Amino acid sequence: MGSAHLGAVVTPYTIPTPLMDALQLTLLVLVAAGATAVVLIREPVRQVIMLSVYGVLLAVLFLAFQAPDVTLSELTVGAVALPVLLLLTLAKVKRREK
Amino acid sequence: MHIFPFVVVVYILAVGLYGVVTSRHLVHQIMCLIVVQSSTYVLLLGIGYKTGAVAPYFYDIPVHTPAVDPVVQALALTDVVVEAAVTALLLAIAVQAQKRFGTLDPQELVQLKG
Amino acid sequence: MTPAQRRWIFLAGAAGLVAFYLWGLTGLPGFGNYPGPYGDIINRVAVAQTSATGVVSAVNFEYRGFDTVGEEFILFVAATGVAVVLRHLRSERQQDEDDPTADWAIPPASDAVRLVALLFTGPVVVMGWFLVSHAQTSPSGGFQGGVVLATAFILIYLSGEFLLFRRISPADVTDAVEAVGAGGFAAIGVSAVAMGLPYLKNFLPRGTVPGAVSSGGTIPLISFCVGLEVAAAFVLIVGEMVEQTLLVRRGDH
Repeated sequence: MGSAHLGAVVTPYTIPTPLMDALQLTLLVLVAAGATAVVLIREPVRQVIMLSVYGVLLAVLFLAFQAPDVTLSELTVGAVALPVLLLLTLAKVKRREK
Repeated sequence: MHIFPFVVVVYILAVGLYGVVTSRHLVHQIMCLIVVQSSTYVLLLGIGYKTGAVAPYFYDIPVHTPAVDPVVQALALTDVVVEAAVTALLLAIAVQAQKRFGTLDPQELVQLKG
Repeated sequence: MTPAQRRWIFLAGAAGLVAFYLWGLTGLPGFGNYPGPYGDIINRVAVAQTSATGVVSAVNFEYRGFDTVGEEFILFVAATGVAVVLRHLRSERQQDEDDPTADWAIPPASDAVRLVALLFTGPVVVMGWFLVSHAQTSPSGGFQGGVVLATAFILIYLSGEFLLFRRISPADVTDAVEAVGAGGFAAIGVSAVAMGLPYLKNFLPRGTVPGAVSSGGTIPLISFCVGLEVAAAFVLIVGEMVEQTLLVRRGDH
């Protein structure tokens, strides 16, 4: 119980630990950059596109954290359902402003 | 690599909060709120990770293979879908706010007292 | 208070928050050194106890089923809230001033978009049902499958067939399906109580082969109910928002 480091178990899904570390590091940096970009873009329609890209980046990060269920959820919600809702709201709001 | 994921979690939270505080458009503010929520998913999954372990699905691997924590994955999974519905509720309220006050600027909405 | 002053006050507060948060997080045993007992215990006993090889879904729908009931009702209430807020808005608008965009011509969707959207609707529905029904075997479950099913309806709307979208998902039918999904989950728990067992205890036969679709007891039933409810909630939310943008513009109905 509580075994943290193991190198003896080989399944079809394990890759060597240094490679996994490098992958997770790269994805974490990309996610941080994506979050900064989402906040710094002020125009709402462009921000929706960047939010969609950020959702896909997060999904790949969750996959690197060995969580395929959360990946599926984040992919369907963050790349499809949320941008659709946001764009519909923006259309409604923009129409009223005219 | 021991604390770098947690540093990224705190950074995403801070950046999202900065976006919420200095926003001039309600929909932009709601999207920054989505970014703040996403930092908690990364935190949950980062806590449950075990070096060298696989995903906790034993369909085709032997049952005693070391796997990552499934409880935090269950929490994060329902979290993602439910926050989308709550964001939809916030968007509906933003639409109603624009009808009632005529503006979508949160820094002007503060001064309009009914 | 000017925006610049507001920004400086925020930065001061955020610096304190970040400092405390980092101090707390560095007290954890580091990334990759998971110490806690619960994950290991559940990974060891879940397949034997529930004969469901998808341990995350087993945790979601059986070991922590009561929390999932709560989360599902958050979704239900949020969808109801959207319906209440936007329906009220629509009935007020019909006596509003004339809409300057009422005579705008809406460009129809391009042929490429229509082709892709209509081609993908069938496979998306099949994928959604696959995800909903295989919660206990592989990475899937009611929540993801429900959102994928709602995506099929959104594809129909995106291909320009707004009236078809409205005809196949009328508001009262969607409300009824959502209520059946949410009530079904609660009813499964209550039927366990009717047999003298604790609420939401798994009382159906577990199945012999771990990983078959018929294994897992009440887990596939609960996943089916959750999938229905999540799909109906998202279709309801999108339908309410779409009514706002397009219905008044068309002028009929």
